[in-house]
Amino acid sequence: MNAVLQIAGLTKAFGGLKVTRAVDLSVTRGERHLLIGPNGAGKTTLFNLIAGDLRADAGSVTLLGKDVTRLSTHQRAQHGLARTYQILTLFNRDTLLHNVMLALLGKSRLRWKHWGMFSGEAALKRRALQVLESVGLAQKGELPLEQTSYGEKRRLEIAMALAQAPDVLLLDEPLAGLSSEERDTILGLLQSIPRSVTIVMIEHDMEVALAFADSVTLLHYGEVITAGTRQQVVDDPRTKEIYLGH
Amino acid sequence: MKRAALVVLLVVLACVPAIAGGDYFINVASQVLIAALFALSLNLLVGYAGLTSLGHAGYLGLAGYLSGWLALNMQWGHVGSGIAALAITTVIAALFGLVALRATGLSFLMITLAFGQILWGIAYRWASVTGGDNGLSGLTRPAPFGLDLGRADVFYYFTLAVFLIVWAVMALWVRSPFGASICGTRDQPRRMSALGYNVWLIRWITFIVSGFFGAVAGLMYVYYHQFISPHSLSLANSAEMLLMVIAGGPGTLVGPVVGAALVVLLKNVASAYIDRWIMLLGFVFIFIVMFVPGGLVPGFRRAMQRLRKRSSGPAPSAAVIAQPARPLKEAQ
Repeated sequence: MNAVLQIAGLTKAFGGLKVTRAVDLSVTRGERHLLIGPNGAGKTTLFNLIAGDLRADAGSVTLLGKDVTRLSTHQRAQHGLARTYQILTLFNRDTLLHNVMLALLGKSRLRWKHWGMFSGEAALKRRALQVLESVGLAQKGELPLEQTSYGEKRRLEIAMALAQAPDVLLLDEPLAGLSSEERDTILGLLQSIPRSVTIVMIEHDMEVALAFADSVTLLHYGEVITAGTRQQVVDDPRTKEIYLGH
Repeated sequence: MKRAALVVLLVVLACVPAIAGGDYFINVASQVLIAALFALSLNLLVGYAGLTSLGHAGYLGLAGYLSGWLALNMQWGHVGSGIAALAITTVIAALFGLVALRATGLSFLMITLAFGQILWGIAYRWASVTGGDNGLSGLTRPAPFGLDLGRADVFYYFTLAVFLIVWAVMALWVRSPFGASICGTRDQPRRMSALGYNVWLIRWITFIVSGFFGAVAGLMYVYYHQFISPHSLSLANSAEMLLMVIAGGPGTLVGPVVGAALVVLLKNVASAYIDRWIMLLGFVFIFIVMFVPGGLVPGFRRAMQRLRKRSSGPAPSAAVIAQPARPLKEAQ
């Protein structure tokens, strides 16, 4: 019963296309849960349903014991959920520091403050620099985003979510498009996240993802095919058939 | 450097009545400031919140009509009619926002256009109240602290004071934490909600504030002309204001002012020499859109940066190294 994220019978259709079919998922505190499945299996849709970007047709999402099915995205974020995007979703006109400060501001009452310089908010700035430090980007804080590399942006993408000290973190392909060297950096970063944060991750790099995950759910055509511990799912013949190939 | 420029600009603005050489030019300067006020209010929506509106003249006209009607028919004083006009216009903006903000982008544009047209239609057709095509005339200027605003130079200083206060308030607001979140909803609305921001509410508040300042511009407009007609809230007026913002540089605090000055000066100066001055205005806009995309002010800033880089010598300076790829190519 100590599930921090519980999904029951979640269903979503776009017109006649059922993209999520009665998905159940239960993740306990501190768990690293991996979502796998071929392209179009409905993994990102499931993330959007959990985060609130999409409304489910049926089923429920329970976050930290609270039914959030009817809450909007920002309310779920205030309730302890954070996410990253497969396609970088950053504030490109601004500096790295500004990006992280915005992430911190989102969880702060200061976001309703209508006077004073945002860039002069000392407490936010100090905390943002700590966050940048923790992902190895402290020296680049003052650079505008367009002067940073793709790998650095990937790290920032994660840093923005981590800055909010979430209870549940959804990572959508955090390694997408990275070189093997950069992958190691990100993996190190992910492994350094404290166990107080529960992580659900979509990732195609099986080697890295399986090393990281405690448990795995295999999705196919919006349906849960199999779920369980890492070993159970890897050993399941259906996993091989649908996803890992022959 | 920036502060020095600001001081110089303030001195110039303060000296306008002395150097303008006649009431006509002082009045043109007042018109520039009033148009700038209005462009700045629209800029909050277009430049900072990323919501392009084509109905903004509705607030200008509504506030003008309200204050005029209350003064003419209810014999209200300027304080009462002014405050009532601001308050009612702001409430109407809040109601419009509830509907318009169900959409963004093109749909938002169309809804605001429709609202603007509704207000225009009312002003034009409800002749018993609005005077129809003739508008409301016989209005007076207020006389705060016994000042005679009937004089061109006194009215100019009054307008300048209002302009500077509004500009300073906006400058503080867009740089505040809330201002940062407004820009955030413009650049990455999806990320903003995932970060816990109520994107809709942030937009709505911006919409209302933008409407309020549009109403302030409307009061100044009606005080200046002492007359209000359906033209003030026409689509043509909305579009012209939008062009001011786009030409000067949306999302900057100086751009809309430059855009307003450009349009008003062209209108007043060029029309003395050419009949088809609107065509000239069209060419100027096409030129800006093609060669200075992003507006005159951002374009000017880019040019200055490039100049500074070039003057720092042929050897790659620290500034060039810090900005690889694109700027380097441009410099060659």
